[in-house]
Amino acid sequence: MNIVLRLAWRNLWRQPRRTWLTTGAMVFSNTLLVFMISLQFGMYELMIDNTLQVFTGHMQVQAPGYKEDQKMRQTVPRIVPLADSLRDRFGLDTIAARGWAFGLASSDERSYGIGIFGVEPDYEPRVSSVPGLVREGRYLEEADATGIVIGSVLARNLRVGIGDELTLLGSGKDGSFAAAVVHVVGIFESGIADIDRNFAQMPLRLFQDMFYMDGDGHQVVVSAATLEAAELLLPEVAAALPDGAGLVVHDWDALQPGLRQAIQADMSSAFFMYGILVILVAFSVLNTQLMSVLERTHEFGIVMSLGLRPGRLGRLVMLETAMMGLMGLLIGAITGTLFTTWFTVNGLSIPGMEEMAAMFNLPARIYPEVTFATAVAGPLIVYGFTLLAALYPALRLHRLHPVEAMRVN
Amino acid sequence: MRMTPVLTRLAWRYLWRNHRRTIIMLSAIAVGSWAMIFMTALTRGMVDQMIADGISALPGHVQVHDPEFLDDPSVVNRITIPDDEFARRFDDAGIKAWASRVRVPAVVTSERESRGVTLLGIDPAAEREFSFVSYEDVEGRFLESPEDNGVVIGRKLADKLDTEVGKRIVLMSQDPDNEIADRGFRVVGLFEASMPTFEESFVFVGKATAQRMLRIGNATTEVVFLGDDYRDVDPTYQLVAERVDDGLDVKRWYEIDTYLGTMLRVMDGFVLIWVIVIFLALSFGLVNTLVMAVFERVREIGLMLALGMKPSNILAQIIIESMLLLAVGLAIGNVLAVATIQPLQDGIDISVVAEGMEMMGASSVLYPKLYLNDVVLANIVVLMLGFFASLSPAWRASRYEPVEAITKVG
Repeated sequence: MNIVLRLAWRNLWRQPRRTWLTTGAMVFSNTLLVFMISLQFGMYELMIDNTLQVFTGHMQVQAPGYKEDQKMRQTVPRIVPLADSLRDRFGLDTIAARGWAFGLASSDERSYGIGIFGVEPDYEPRVSSVPGLVREGRYLEEADATGIVIGSVLARNLRVGIGDELTLLGSGKDGSFAAAVVHVVGIFESGIADIDRNFAQMPLRLFQDMFYMDGDGHQVVVSAATLEAAELLLPEVAAALPDGAGLVVHDWDALQPGLRQAIQADMSSAFFMYGILVILVAFSVLNTQLMSVLERTHEFGIVMSLGLRPGRLGRLVMLETAMMGLMGLLIGAITGTLFTTWFTVNGLSIPGMEEMAAMFNLPARIYPEVTFATAVAGPLIVYGFTLLAALYPALRLHRLHPVEAMRVN
Repeated sequence: MRMTPVLTRLAWRYLWRNHRRTIIMLSAIAVGSWAMIFMTALTRGMVDQMIADGISALPGHVQVHDPEFLDDPSVVNRITIPDDEFARRFDDAGIKAWASRVRVPAVVTSERESRGVTLLGIDPAAEREFSFVSYEDVEGRFLESPEDNGVVIGRKLADKLDTEVGKRIVLMSQDPDNEIADRGFRVVGLFEASMPTFEESFVFVGKATAQRMLRIGNATTEVVFLGDDYRDVDPTYQLVAERVDDGLDVKRWYEIDTYLGTMLRVMDGFVLIWVIVIFLALSFGLVNTLVMAVFERVREIGLMLALGMKPSNILAQIIIESMLLLAVGLAIGNVLAVATIQPLQDGIDISVVAEGMEMMGASSVLYPKLYLNDVVLANIVVLMLGFFASLSPAWRASRYEPVEAITKVG
């Protein structure tokens, strides 16, 4: 081993307790950082995926202005042929046309206002998680002439079951009175009361008849395999739209602006906390290294008078810090990974958090996962600040006068 | 105990013998305690605002419904006790305010559009205390009496319905026999609210008008009560529960909006965890400092022991040193926290993430809230844990063998 390395290593272990305490501070922060960052980014991904797969999809083709106002007459003309052509063009079946309207649903005993989706039964299951959540009965089929699928809370409130009749009232595309009699074929349950209480789906053809849509619809939902793929797909979808129709494509960020912002708000508060942790570790290192330099003043005076340059000594101090930091980094990353992996296997659930989790479409039990990035990002930053903190004691050596230093006892 | 003043003075002087180390440690404690209090004030402020907004939409700290109503919000599940009966029971009960209202889901239809809304049939004079709408800021006018034939809707809803003040809209709901109950209203006012969703989802009409439209006589669907403090609703709850025993359901606000209730509980846990995490990060430095402070004066400690100072005094001195260090650091941190929170009292504008905050149920201006409780908690936790952290180095120092310690070569 190189003599300087060996020297630095031995210096560290002159005061083993101090070195361990300082390393301990790093290990503590690093463990926490690995866990928190893994949990945080895992949650963001879940939040995005779970939210988008309910209704939104990765992008939607709409009429301009529809995103803000959702007015009945802001339609996408001839929507099924358009969806067909997009499916052909991209060879994707994760593309589905929809209509959306508001209406009053009446059973024998109750009437409630609900959001009604007109969907393509063959393609809707590929862009939305709702069809897969049917608990009773079945999902819609292309042949359903009067079928409707409703949420479980709505079914309970309306007091209807499979096969029961519902009357729907609403306004058509031209503002005229729209009505239809439909039959419940399926009941879905997402576990999120808002969704289970407020929505129903019927075949797009029936929807178009009921609301006098003339073959129009309101949105073509497009999903890709991943968010990254969706980003690349968006300009192509935009280019594939018919000229002169004035249609627009919105990405998920535009459709659900709250999502990214909630993540941003959460991130900034999390980063504030991480920042404080890192600063506290830096103080700890600064203190330790300053002490270790001060108590060696006498010794440094001697080696300097023997001809060693302050720069060389400074590098020695930095090397000691780097070694200590490296220990903190490795041990911290490993304990952090182990700690987090325990939760990857067993899941993390905080009692009382279920409601908060549901608000962001998160399951009650979360399984954080460590990736290489989340395991090293925090520890590397701590390492950087550790080195930065040691600069002051290291540079201080330049002000050392050998003779005076030797007099210090 | 007799020795305490001397020991304290000794401890104080020792601290400043190595002023660099003490200053670094003080800075760390100050930054740590500043962060504890600052962060707590920010999140407290956010949650307070969320709850204030949430309660204003509910509203009412204590609410009375038919037991079935919350799951099945239909006029079938209504309250048939008339208002004068409530008035008789509550007018001298020491309740800050109360109001009965008709609250049912409805569909609103303009010439072109339909939307789902919550219809609120209210007595405008009784609701002034509760409402999230300031009557004066309404474009047009607010409702004037329970008999008012007009409707007041949110500006956002008006945009979506393509309607405006002076135009007509139709409200549809059901009557107790599940016949469609509908009625045309002239829009008399547009309100704005801090939460955009309120503007889209609430529609105000006169209580008597709503009762006629829904054919429910003088029945209502909820009675709401306001106490002095939403954190402490139990006195109001007791008052109401004692006076309402007619098989009706009396609930506190956090039992109705469980999300908000959870937020409030989770917040208390969060504050404690945050304080402890920061302390743990600090504790390594604190113990380190004490260990060093003991180590570099082993010979002195030995000498004092040899001269007859009791080991317990050495122990006390090291602990006092640690407490002094923490106390001064905390004091600086507290002052810093107050100094940084004070200028932010008028609110921090975070409207860049407004829609994200709305998703969490918070508005886009953050008002930090400094609670004495939180500050006290942070300081006490740090001092207490600091005491335990310093026990080990202090114990070790008091156990030195005098002769060995004196002859130890530093």
